[in-house]
Amino acid sequence: MGEEYRLTLAGLQALLDALGARGYHILGPRLRDEAIIYDEVTKLADLPAGWTDRQEAGQYRMERRADNALFGYALGPQAWRRFLQPPRHTLWRARRADPAADDFDILPADTAPPKFAFLGVRACELHAISIQDRILRDNAYADASYTARRAEAFFIAVNCGMAGGTCFCASMGTGPTAQTGYDLALTELLDATRHEFLIRAGSARGAALLAILPHTPANEADRAQEAAILADTAQHMGRTLETNGLKERLQANLEDPHWDEIATRCLSCGNCTMVCPTCFCTTLEDHTNLAGTEAVREQRWDSCFTLDFSYIHGDSVRAGIAARYRHWLTHKLANWVDQFGEMGCVGCGRCLTWCPAAIDITAEAAAIGRATHDQEDQHGNA
Amino acid sequence: MAAHKPRLAVFKFASCDGCQLSLLDCEDEFLALAGAVEIAYFPEASSTMAKGPYDLALVEGSITTAHDAQRILKIRRQSKRLITIGACATAGGIQALRNFADAQEMLASVYASPHYISTLAKSTPIALHVPVDFELPGCPVNKAELLEVLSAFLIGRKPVIGAHSVCMDCKARGTPCVLVQGTPCLGPVTHAGCGAICPAYRRGCYGCFGPMEQPNTASLATVWAKTGATKRDIHRAFRGITAAAPAFAKEGDAHDG
Ligand code: SF4
Ligand code: SF4
Ligand code: SF4
Repeated sequence: MGEEYRLTLAGLQALLDALGARGYHILGPRLRDEAIIYDEVTKLADLPAGWTDRQEAGQYRMERRADNALFGYALGPQAWRRFLQPPRHTLWRARRADPAADDFDILPADTAPPKFAFLGVRACELHAISIQDRILRDNAYADASYTARRAEAFFIAVNCGMAGGTCFCASMGTGPTAQTGYDLALTELLDATRHEFLIRAGSARGAALLAILPHTPANEADRAQEAAILADTAQHMGRTLETNGLKERLQANLEDPHWDEIATRCLSCGNCTMVCPTCFCTTLEDHTNLAGTEAVREQRWDSCFTLDFSYIHGDSVRAGIAARYRHWLTHKLANWVDQFGEMGCVGCGRCLTWCPAAIDITAEAAAIGRATHDQEDQHGNA
Repeated sequence: MAAHKPRLAVFKFASCDGCQLSLLDCEDEFLALAGAVEIAYFPEASSTMAKGPYDLALVEGSITTAHDAQRILKIRRQSKRLITIGACATAGGIQALRNFADAQEMLASVYASPHYISTLAKSTPIALHVPVDFELPGCPVNKAELLEVLSAFLIGRKPVIGAHSVCMDCKARGTPCVLVQGTPCLGPVTHAGCGAICPAYRRGCYGCFGPMEQPNTASLATVWAKTGATKRDIHRAFRGITAAAPAFAKEGDAHDG
């Protein structure tokens, strides 16, 4: 969509002010606990100017940049999922006057959905949200809470000026440039002579907001600078994943001994699923009060790494860690395709970075079925 | 509806009273509890100590004396349901550090007249002595979890207490992982329940709630070593409040000496 314009730092502040005036609760990157997390942002000074992240499998450190870039980091630990599908929320309550009574009243879960504006959404994250949309919204059993929060949300994408050490969106075709799903998209243009943004609208409401901001048309030099930045990012991915034939190879090698080797390292802690922007599993909890007069049903994030997750009729189907890791990886990279028509991984690299045991989905996916493949290759050559 | 209120009893074995205090700490809810049950026996809170049988017994503390080993048998016989609360009752507690040493030698070094002290060589969890209906870990137990267990008992449902890692609660809370940022943390092998407090304050988990459902302690020890933790650090981490829980005891042993 939209044509490109130039937006100054003052223009970016004007954008925050305009969103605030329209009742949006703006969430964006902030430095906290030595990490980039998403929290309330109202002024440019809230943003992590001059900070970047160094990421490897199982490692994350903040470092100073040589410049004052506002979006000069790759990706923090939290996905936007935590706002669209909160880690825990109440679905409904039930109340009865007397614990002996059979009838009770159902009270709906409170509150209208908050009106969020997300600032600094990366291309991979937009893609992940579109995946969750398909599952949680565009589905015969739509999740009402997700759908309501999603409908209100305003997305300000930021194209990636650098790739992190664990990023592989280029392999997954999901980044580093935001293609769709945003209301406004920014590219940070920063050199010795200027600190500005290239901005384009991706929706009617984005265009309407852009129209009231101080902006000037972009020129060829601006566009060339943006293209160079994004090409450089695409070329410096920390990881790659060969997706050609991957689904078939994984599905054909469910008994590969490498799954057991992974299980010696995997902690079954569930961190990978908790940070993944496409993971959507939840469980329901019913609680009652001491008097037996109130009940509450809550929905909370669940993980396929727990034993409860596959507990059916007396036992857990995926009793060992190997079975659970295999379930997770084959779901993301193979079975998701059968289920939803695309892979469930956008190459954000969070599961690598935030795995305490430094287990790397790209390396493990490449290793599965390799022994068989090598043998077949040898047969082919003979 | 039953004519009488369920009779609750709270018993103490070798422990610091902290878990019973979690119950007293329930304040507002404590009144609701007093309305829902007859508090028949709770010496920490009340001077009335009514005889059994009891509908529900909460047991704090570990078994460390021959006398206590007999006492728990009697309590079990008097209690329809028996729930153990806390690290001592579920894993032997900090006093189970004696299990890895010579208890007599320890006595001799602490007491002037060790022959007055009658104690067992090991501190053991209640479940090693009698069947237990539910074990709630923690040092101390989390009062919200304790209320959940009591509410579940009263209405006759299963308590909603997850046995997953502390990590899942850490992530739900939105805390960046301190282990990935370089601070050793026991969260990946530790039972959730505390609400992932320590990482929220930039400290590694100390393992107060004991082993999670399927702890891969050997892998975590390797991860710790990569952060620069020594063999002794790893040994001492697993020799904490739940040292005698089998998974932690084994990993502690593997890094001994
Ligand atoms: S792959 Fe890593 S993050 Fe995921 S469960 Fe295993 S150890 Fe935890
Ligand atoms: S599987 Fe890993 S790399 Fe892929 S989207 Fe999830 S967290 Fe990101
Ligand atoms: S800080 Fe500790 S408990 Fe939290 S996610 Fe990291 S390893 Fe797990």
